Amino acid sequence: MIKLQNVEKVYRTSSVETLALNNINLTVNKGEFVSIMGPSGCGKSTLLNIMGLLDEPSQGHIEIDGRRVESYQDQKLARLRNEKLGFIFQSFHLINDLSVLDNVEIPLLYRNTSAKERRELAREALEKVGLSNRMKHFPKQLSGGQKQRVAIARAIVGRPEIILADEPTGNLDSVMGNEILAILQKLNADGATIIMVTHDDSMARQTHRLIRLFDGTQVQ
Amino acid sequence: MILNYIKIAWKVLLRHPFYTFITLFGISITLTVLMVVTSFMDHLLGVHYPEGNRDRSLFVTSVVQKDTTRSSRSSSPMSVRFIQTYLKTMQTPERVGMTSMFTFANAYVNGKRIKLFTKYTDADFWRVCTFEFLDGKPFAEQQIKTGDQVVVITDDFQKQYFEDDGKTVIGREVEIEGLRYRVIGVVKGSPATRPYSYADVYFPYTVPKSNYERGNMRGNFIAILMAKDKSELTTMQSEFQQAMSRIPQSGTEYGSKYTNFTIKAEGYADQYMTSFFGDDDSRRVFFFTAVAIILLMFMGLPALNLVNVNVGRMMERASEIGVRKAFGAPAKTLLYQFIVENIFITFIGGSLALVFSFVIIQLINNSGWIAYADLAINPTVFLVSLAVCFLFGLLSGVLPAFRMSKLKIVDALKS
Ligand SMILES: Nc1ncnc2c1ncn2[C@@H]1O[C@H](COP(=O)(O)OP(=O)(O)OP(=O)(O)O)[C@@H](O)[C@H]1O
Ligand SMILES: [Mg+2]
Repeated sequence: MIKLQNVEKVYRTSSVETLALNNINLTVNKGEFVSIMGPSGCGKSTLLNIMGLLDEPSQGHIEIDGRRVESYQDQKLARLRNEKLGFIFQSFHLINDLSVLDNVEIPLLYRNTSAKERRELAREALEKVGLSNRMKHFPKQLSGGQKQRVAIARAIVGRPEIILADEPTGNLDSVMGNEILAILQKLNADGATIIMVTHDDSMARQTHRLIRLFDGTQVQ
Repeated sequence: MILNYIKIAWKVLLRHPFYTFITLFGISITLTVLMVVTSFMDHLLGVHYPEGNRDRSLFVTSVVQKDTTRSSRSSSPMSVRFIQTYLKTMQTPERVGMTSMFTFANAYVNGKRIKLFTKYTDADFWRVCTFEFLDGKPFAEQQIKTGDQVVVITDDFQKQYFEDDGKTVIGREVEIEGLRYRVIGVVKGSPATRPYSYADVYFPYTVPKSNYERGNMRGNFIAILMAKDKSELTTMQSEFQQAMSRIPQSGTEYGSKYTNFTIKAEGYADQYMTSFFGDDDSRRVFFFTAVAIILLMFMGLPALNLVNVNVGRMMERASEIGVRKAFGAPAKTLLYQFIVENIFITFIGGSLALVFSFVIIQLINNSGWIAYADLAINPTVFLVSLAVCFLFGLLSGVLPAFRMSKLKIVDALKS
């Protein structure tokens, strides 16, 4: 599903060069639930962003569904992100000016979906995360756990095959965290490929496979 | 999709009341000023009651006599004799109307003084102008020939002078400066900003006290040459030039010699400018350059301000941009979104300006500041200003939007 070959990421600022990822080779297969762990600053987010086409590697190749994407232009990349990928962020990244329903609809705005269909799909996604009673609310009126569930609904509304989650439970207490994990597991059981960055061992243990990073290098 | 953008734009507006206020204030004040100013210009220079034939008329308003030997110069309107000899005899004009520039007079009602603007006109004046007669009719050639003491008055003067008993005032008398005149017509008054038609009372030019026999060339009368049609204006102009060229350049006027004279027939707007700037074209050019620069600044400053505020506002929305891109928005689409937002804001500003202008113009019309003021919103001006605003909206939006749409997703999400 996703394949990384010799991926390297270097951050250059005027004074320092940081090697955030060093020669990463890995493959995530369809239907897998993979977790990524490692100490702070070891490159987990960088890796996830590169797999999700949010960032470009300095070196190496990325294949999604057997397609090499390094030559893709903005328009094509956007299309790929829209159709194949769904993101969940630690700090939710909901748009405060939009209602829950409008937030969830965002991925559908960038494909040919009628307004009516968008409403329906967004409603369905919100039902899946147990938030169908909060559709008219605004992000500010929600708890952290609820916000993250809205974010998950947004990530799945376009039925992407791959869901990328960067510490989706990092800002939540353990009860909420477990709820979120349960939702992800359900999505995985329904066929989604999931890659999740986490700091929580017990959560990582509940996934199929663990990738461990240390200082930009894969150690497991 | 567009509806969605507008929804966001609306919410962004509501979320930043201060920004919204500054932006809308900038746009709508600029537009309002533009519209009120042009409406005023149109009021001054356009074709309006009771000078409804301005667009097919040339105005001859003054003659300048110079004595080059003593470098002296006299300028004034013309004498009746001059107008009758040289202008009334022209072939191209359908009519040549003649009126004095205003003079003043007093009338008394129950011991109260009414100060009046008076005009002495000929019969053609009423044909060249498009006065609306509320009662009675204008004076005819015969009454001018016999020097009848008759008068046409405005509705305003009628109200002040006569009790409103519902009866017609035609045939009744008014006493002005100790002379009695019979009212033969009542017209709807002309605004004071139209000096060739504005007055409170209009006499035949042959009544006593008009001094119409004064002067060879210079006097107190102006002429309006009305062509049959706009297309004949140039023919009329050349006939006028020819007629003038046949008059000897030098002569004597009021006891002093002159060595040459100049006289012009001009369209209304042109003669208006001449009355302001004199014959000096460079002064005119300077004035219009200055106006253009001021206008540009008027439009430019809000635009610059818009760009500034926009950049700040969009930076605030970096996270939104990151999210949209992460979920598949191409840079182009985002650019489009921000442009739609900006145009939407401009549009609101434009609508506000329309309301403001309308209110201000109504206020001016009803304030009595200019009697009989008839300012109106000029749709062309509104559309052009709106287009200019759109352009600024675009420019002020495109630049920051372009920068933002090119933002890297990871960077956008971090901020
Ligand atoms: N935009 C950037 N410019 C420069 N250096 C960066 C940038 N983003 C990340 N880095 C560096 O790259 C390294 C990896 O960062 P990354 O965010 O991937 O770590 P992480 O494993 O996700 O950490 P955390 O668990 O704290 O989220 C860090 O040393 C970080 O300082
Ligand atoms: Mg991280």
